[in-house]
Amino acid sequence: MEVLIYLVPLALGLGLLGLGAFLWSLKTGQYDDLEGAAWRAVMDDDAPVEGGKAKEG
Amino acid sequence: MPPLNLSPFGERLKTSWPAGMAETRDLSHFVHHLDGGLARMELAVDGIVCGACMRVIESGLAAMPDITLARVNLTDRRVAVEWRDGKVDPVRLIDRLSELGYRAYPYDAGRAATDAEQETRTLLRCLGVAAFATMNIMLLSVAVWSGNASDISPEQRDFFHWLSALIALPAAAYAGRPFFHSAIRALAVRRLNMDVPISIGVLLALCMSVVETLHHATHAYFDSALMLLTFLLVGRTLEQAMRRRTRAVAGNLAALRAETVTKFVSPTDLTVVPVASLRPGDLVLVRPGERIAIDGVVTEGRSEIDQSLVTGETLPVSASKGGVVYAGTLNLSGALRVTVSVAEHGTLLDEVTRMLDRALEARTHYVRVADRAARLYAPLVHATALAAMLGWIAFGASWHDAIITAIAVLIITCPCALGLAVPAVQVVASGALFRAGVLLNSGEGIERLAGVDTILFDKTGTLTLPEPEVVNAADLPADRLTLAGRLALASRHPLAAAVARAAGAKVPLAAIEEPGQGVRCEHDGVELRLGRPSFCDADRNAKIFDADPEASAIAFAYGAERYVLAVRQRLRGDAVDVIGSLKQDGFAIEILSGDRAPAVAHAARTLGVEHWHAGMTPADKIARIAALQSQGRNVLMVGDGLNDAPSLAAADASLSVATAAHLAQAAADAVFLGEQLAPVAAALVIARRARQLMRQNLLFAVAYNAVAVPIAIFGFASPLVAALAMSGSSILVTVNALRAKPRERR
Repeated sequence: MEVLIYLVPLALGLGLLGLGAFLWSLKTGQYDDLEGAAWRAVMDDDAPVEGGKAKEG
Repeated sequence: MPPLNLSPFGERLKTSWPAGMAETRDLSHFVHHLDGGLARMELAVDGIVCGACMRVIESGLAAMPDITLARVNLTDRRVAVEWRDGKVDPVRLIDRLSELGYRAYPYDAGRAATDAEQETRTLLRCLGVAAFATMNIMLLSVAVWSGNASDISPEQRDFFHWLSALIALPAAAYAGRPFFHSAIRALAVRRLNMDVPISIGVLLALCMSVVETLHHATHAYFDSALMLLTFLLVGRTLEQAMRRRTRAVAGNLAALRAETVTKFVSPTDLTVVPVASLRPGDLVLVRPGERIAIDGVVTEGRSEIDQSLVTGETLPVSASKGGVVYAGTLNLSGALRVTVSVAEHGTLLDEVTRMLDRALEARTHYVRVADRAARLYAPLVHATALAAMLGWIAFGASWHDAIITAIAVLIITCPCALGLAVPAVQVVASGALFRAGVLLNSGEGIERLAGVDTILFDKTGTLTLPEPEVVNAADLPADRLTLAGRLALASRHPLAAAVARAAGAKVPLAAIEEPGQGVRCEHDGVELRLGRPSFCDADRNAKIFDADPEASAIAFAYGAERYVLAVRQRLRGDAVDVIGSLKQDGFAIEILSGDRAPAVAHAARTLGVEHWHAGMTPADKIARIAALQSQGRNVLMVGDGLNDAPSLAAADASLSVATAAHLAQAAADAVFLGEQLAPVAAALVIARRARQLMRQNLLFAVAYNAVAVPIAIFGFASPLVAALAMSGSSILVTVNALRAKPRERR
């Protein structure tokens, strides 16, 4: 059962990593526009659009 | 891609910045100055429907020099723009968007919106923490459960329990705050809400688990406590998300119709400014055809004022120097200079606002279904737990075992399903209402709408369309109608606007406007006139309309030819059908209007409504509602005018029209869009279905307790049983809530 010595911290660490990622995504406003995010995923960044260059982000 | 006009706002709302105006527009009220020399403004954009629009807007704005950020929020239908402060005139942004084919309106976020956003984030953060803790504790718990069934050593079990405590205690302290705060607030005013049993359950479960762990026991309930918090936070988050969405749409509506005024910055210079930036004593210009946005005193000019939105009365009143004009009224014939006054006692708006406050206060006594359930539920649960403890002691169990059993009862009865039962239905139902063209102001609006048995309609603007229409356009030859329409474009008078709409005219004729009379011009050597019958020498022809009490006559002269057009408020296209089907469904229907008796009688006859009241003041309407309520009726008020706002707030439930006055919208439970009356009927159907599902869900929760409580009382509620029961019942009520979506009729 010595395996617990590193398995438990590993499990907790991974969990905390997930939590951290969630909090970070929340803080950077990634949950503010769920509908728009769905469309952004399928848009081509480099396709030219009439009237100007696409802005990154 | 050209914007598809599929947005719920459509073309129905007029632009707030009149086209072709020479004055400057002052948007500084909406611009926020950020650190680092940047400025930021949010715009509500009409007509964003998909990702392509998003793309066009973002790249179109980003192509402008000195713009550092342009980001569309598709959920809220807004665009946030940042630029180097001082380098870009914010007006250019609106012009650029209109070049791209979108109408944009500056949006003032205000404090309420920011607070709501903050709350959403707090809830999501709590949910994240609770979910993380639940998952990790569950991982340890499953190991303990399977170990208990086989060969786990007591030391290993204690280690896992301590580890669970290490995760659970801080996580619960953080994620439980929304519940603890609300419970403390409720207890402080000696009331019970659902958060009281939740908080007690969670805290007791955690305390007991720590004590049990200290005593090397086989069971600890850390997982139950955290799982409970997670499920309940899901419910809270859904509820909050629903509220935020409806608020965003309502905020956009407000921005689209944002009241602006033309202010004199010097005796000759005019600037268009938002009403919010006006101070008492400012001098503003009100052109004919404009809606007056402020209360004030006329300092120059003479005109006729249409007060129908404020009082419901359709006959115009005259205004001249020294006269008082009210916000929400329409200036008909001449330009006025108005000094802005403070809303002192005795002004109409003040009176209406006061009545509104009183009525809203009365409505806060409404108790939500969930809170009513909590009032019954909490004492029952606590009594059961106490009885279980005393029962076990009576049968000779030790104090320790008796207390453990009592706490197990509390944990297992914790209203996990109850916390989801109502919000889940609300979210699905509000989505369905949204698609039907109804925007909810408050979650409990659904519950209130569902209980309605009597419907009171206002006439002007509610049963009728807000804009008057030409009824006899077919009397004119097509080419004459086109000419009349083009001539009408030269005038800002509402009657002329109706003629222009009827003709579908786009290109105005160069014409001379005779104030208070009409417009005239020469076209191909023929004199054209459009205006009062006397102005066009068509008095005799206009006689025929004296019989119709609601119609206003506007005459058109083409050389020696004379035509008279009747313009009147038209009933909404489907009003007759909708009223008919509502009556069939057993609703009692009445019309309450501030308009004159002949006009109301005519509308009531057409719609087949037997009970109608004309010439009603706001106070009369409230009295009528109170009279019906004292007969035990549940009253729904549907209205739009400023004069309806107090009665909207006084009624058990209320609906208002999207084109309604601000105050009326704020007072209503929900707002409906479009030119049809059908959303009213749809809202009632969806609300009734939602209430039925809420009751079903509450019944499920009760049934679950009926099964789970005996198990807990007899001491079989192991943490495994608790976990299964909780998640099972939560999933059940959530799935049931999805049925609030009406079946597709295709």
